[in-house]
Amino acid sequence: MALISADNRGLRLATRYAVLGLIAVIFVFPLVFMVMSSLKPDQQLLQDSGNLRAFLPVGDISLNNYTAAFQRAPVATFVFNSVLVTGVTVLLSLLICSAAGFAFVFVNWKGRGVLLSILLATLILPFETIAIPMLLMVAHLPWIGTEGITWGWLNSYHVQIIPFIADGLTVFLFVQYFKDLPGELIEAARVEGASWGQIYRRIVMPLSGPILATAAILKFLVMYNQYLWPLMVTQEEGYRPVMVGLQYFFQLNVAWGEVMAYLSLITVPVLAFYLYLQKAFIASIASTGVKG
Amino acid sequence: MASKFTVSNRTGWLMAGPAVLLIAGFVILPFFLAIGFSFTNQRLVSPNPTEFTGLENYRQLLGVTTLTLEPVRDEAGAVVMKDGAPEYPSLRSLTRNNPDRPDLAGMREWFNFSTGGDSRTYVLARDVVFMKAIVNTFIFVIVVAPVQAGLALGLALLINQRLRGINVFRAIYFMPVVVSIVVVSLLWRLIYDGQSGLLNNLLGTISFGLIPPVDWLGNPSTALGSIIAMSIWQAVGFHMVIWLSGLQTISPTLYEAAAIEGASKWQVFRYITWPGLRNTAVLILIVITMQAFGLFAQIDVMTNGGPLDSTQTIVFQAIERGYGKQDISGGSAISVILFVIVLSISLIQRWLTREKS
Repeated sequence: MALISADNRGLRLATRYAVLGLIAVIFVFPLVFMVMSSLKPDQQLLQDSGNLRAFLPVGDISLNNYTAAFQRAPVATFVFNSVLVTGVTVLLSLLICSAAGFAFVFVNWKGRGVLLSILLATLILPFETIAIPMLLMVAHLPWIGTEGITWGWLNSYHVQIIPFIADGLTVFLFVQYFKDLPGELIEAARVEGASWGQIYRRIVMPLSGPILATAAILKFLVMYNQYLWPLMVTQEEGYRPVMVGLQYFFQLNVAWGEVMAYLSLITVPVLAFYLYLQKAFIASIASTGVKG
Repeated sequence: MASKFTVSNRTGWLMAGPAVLLIAGFVILPFFLAIGFSFTNQRLVSPNPTEFTGLENYRQLLGVTTLTLEPVRDEAGAVVMKDGAPEYPSLRSLTRNNPDRPDLAGMREWFNFSTGGDSRTYVLARDVVFMKAIVNTFIFVIVVAPVQAGLALGLALLINQRLRGINVFRAIYFMPVVVSIVVVSLLWRLIYDGQSGLLNNLLGTISFGLIPPVDWLGNPSTALGSIIAMSIWQAVGFHMVIWLSGLQTISPTLYEAAAIEGASKWQVFRYITWPGLRNTAVLILIVITMQAFGLFAQIDVMTNGGPLDSTQTIVFQAIERGYGKQDISGGSAISVILFVIVLSISLIQRWLTREKS
């Protein structure tokens, strides 16, 4: 009797892992296919897609597609632009949204309740509904640069950065986190004569590691994967980010090997980064669900 | 909490000011501009001054009417047949320069159906493509919201069991979420390819060649479905994680009590897990609905709204007009319509799922 039940347990365990594994295959196979295909010449790539070789690095393997991709489009420029725009936006967003969250939670000032509710109300505005009027707006905004005052923000880095620095969700996440910090700590510091700036820098920020990571990861994902906005505001390739750069690859005769090389190039580093910081990524998505 | 601290208007405004100004300038202002532009003929670049046009943009987009026509009869009163079906007067004679029906000018047939006897009812729209875009978007949302939420819950329950190495599976299921939807769309274009696509080869192999290859994205009856399947594949991990965090808020003592009482697995789910996930369920439904209404990148990369407008969507139309044709006012009007739809649906969802006390 005991033997049979032990066997059963083993079988059930095996079934569980089989189900989990099968589902895992559904989620990874396109990504494996992408990376493997990027190493193969077009003809072999299409032939291999008929069998399991599609998922294996076999046959005529080389990095030729990568070299060709660099020749077809200014890939290095696209990558540089994406890294610059994403990096600057994430940093400014952490600074400005955490300061706002601090003011909303710890400082008592006139208008704070009303403003916080207005910021929260903006969460129901999908970006898609404001993109078109914003396009017209940024086309006419002034900018002070090295050439004095110029009009129109199109084809620049700041048009990709400034509109995305502050958003309701990020401010809200900071507010939620700060509410759970021990208020007595801040009160005591005030009594001892610390300035607001000192409290922010020396007490609150050092306690905010988890929320800073969460906000940074969410902003990073949004910014690096931006498509619609940069598509509309950057006509010059000098300012285009990686996702818009994809357009260079889907012209009439699609060279799939090169496409897959470019896709791998812009995706694999992000996947590696994700797998390295997996727990933080998942925690940051989970935190967007802790509402109401 | 803050009432305990000294009042400091200057500090408050100084620290919250930048974020408030940016959100006011780049979220709230454009939203009001959208409403304003939608009542004008504003273009991105135009030599003519902008004029107020009232509801003209909305009339162009949403103008729908029905028209019931009797078949053509000859002098004897018999129905004229053409190719084995009754012949109807041509719609064109009514919608083009017809002085008797100025209200029908510029309208096109959207679809028609028979209404008893020989008469036929035609539904005409001023903008047939936009009507199709609205219908497609609704189909997308109505399929994606429950299916994605349900699959995500299934995955969350699967991942929530105590097993060695379960975190590896969680990490894998979540992987497509960090990949850009643009990349995913382009990748799946090759998977869905009509000739050498991975999917056709797979289906052919497992059915021993019985399933013929399908041009998934090139066929009006499969294109939207293919985009739906891919979109769920990409985003389901996101909502799995949110369900998972909901599951972990349920007190383990409830499960222990159920185990002592000898509750079945279904009973545990029905009376402990599901009630504990109530708030999470409401949130997930609202978030998926909002995200689904924004459907754009997949369309732009995979089908451009085709074939035969079978994958046109509201946002794709807004961008095509506002950016492609530089018609800011038309694009803004579509944006406002989208906002009204999203807002009404989330209000309805909130009302339907309200706490009954």
